[in-house]
Amino acid sequence: MAAGVIADLVAGAPVLLDGAWGTELLGRGLPRGRHPDLWNLESPAEVESVARAYVDAGSRVILTNTFQTNRIALPDADVAALAKAGAEISRRAAGSAVRVFGSVGPTNALLMRSDADVGAVRDVFVEVALALAAGGVDAVVVETMSDLHEAVVAIEAVRSVGLPVVASMTFDSGKQRDRTMTGVRPGEAARRLADAGADVVGANCGMGIDVVAPVCEAIATAVDVPVWIKANAGMPELVGRDVVYGLGPDAYRSHVASVVDAGATFIGGCCGTTPAHIAAIAATL
Amino acid sequence: MTIIEELYEAVLEGDFDDTPELTQEGLAAGFGPQELIDRAMIPAMTEAGRRFEDDEYFVPELLSSGRAIKGGLDVLRPLLLAGEADPAGTVVIGTVQGDLHDIGKNLVAVMLEGAGFDVVDLGTDVSPSQVVAAIREHRPQVVCLSALLTTTMLSMPTIVDAIVDAGLRDEVRIMMGGAPMNEQRAKEFGADAYADNANAAVRAALALVGASDV
Repeated sequence: MAAGVIADLVAGAPVLLDGAWGTELLGRGLPRGRHPDLWNLESPAEVESVARAYVDAGSRVILTNTFQTNRIALPDADVAALAKAGAEISRRAAGSAVRVFGSVGPTNALLMRSDADVGAVRDVFVEVALALAAGGVDAVVVETMSDLHEAVVAIEAVRSVGLPVVASMTFDSGKQRDRTMTGVRPGEAARRLADAGADVVGANCGMGIDVVAPVCEAIATAVDVPVWIKANAGMPELVGRDVVYGLGPDAYRSHVASVVDAGATFIGGCCGTTPAHIAAIAATL
Repeated sequence: MTIIEELYEAVLEGDFDDTPELTQEGLAAGFGPQELIDRAMIPAMTEAGRRFEDDEYFVPELLSSGRAIKGGLDVLRPLLLAGEADPAGTVVIGTVQGDLHDIGKNLVAVMLEGAGFDVVDLGTDVSPSQVVAAIREHRPQVVCLSALLTTTMLSMPTIVDAIVDAGLRDEVRIMMGGAPMNEQRAKEFGADAYADNANAAVRAALALVGASDV
């Protein structure tokens, strides 16, 4: 069953993913400074409208509003309830034709503490993965990872609950901005993630769609599993007190073919992308 | 290897478990506290910084070196002469409201401690009122604000506004940093200085308090 979800999607490659959620929620009234994941219980209708906007735009996989839903980032929250609600919201919006992958972001607990308890961090991820599974996700995306060690722990946690897992890291460090925060290059990272059992590996955030193709190619060359890319809409610019990303829907879409040529099977957007970006890609895929 | 070389290596390699003991051994061998700092610790930290700039070190290595030098300084601080023992200054640091990312902020905090600052770390998701309260309580010379997200960096000018409204703007110099920030943005948000990495942050903080460069 586990391999089936991914294999079915890959058979229809390239697979269109979703775009950013946080900015969409801000546009729907999420107060600045309020944690987006808390809205899964406080304002589920607004969260669902974001999910629905991506389904309507043509996403074949949507994620969940659970990027920082874990006991370390949100120690005072009911993590299991938030994660399950996030999964159920996306599931409702997805219907039967669209797949739901649960979003799991980094805790950075292993990177920052020399005495970190790896088992405890694994348990943090297991708790989230179980709740996402209970809410009906088809797979889990371990994303925006900076630390290979933590990514591997998260992969193991997701696998232990029986879900397929996508592992995606952020390459934004070093002079060429092609390393993880700990200095690992894309090919090496991809090999380690695949060896740990990731069904799909890739890169998200950290760089624009206009410069991500070489990273994509390095990953695709290094591993046999499918590649996942969610890049930013260029670099952020500040206009007054609003943040604007340089690449609009058409500009973003214009770079997608080169990223698919570089080996991406799953393609979507990260910071600065909107349902309009996804719709623009859908029109050409 | 001499004890000076061993201590240099320990800081450079980020061997924070052994640094305090090696510092003690240096003292036992007859070196003065300031000598150990000037001949081993500061050159090691300078080299670690160079490696960071040249992609030989990344955040984890720099963080370990910062922790190592802090461990050594904790041993030496009580032994320094009164004048030498004065901290470079006090810094209040935090990741702004809405943002839970703290790697960069933690790295800057450790490096500032290594450079001799007293650092008051407010953690993440820090509100304007928390910053104002911390300024009143700790009387820092410098306030450092960090954000990783484009959405949360907009909390920075709000914090500056709160400091102005509290009548404390003349009491502190403000530094900003984080992935979505740049020099111009920091200026627009009301900062006195911007730093794009932890090394630069230490240099900027020392410049703001008028101390000589390490």
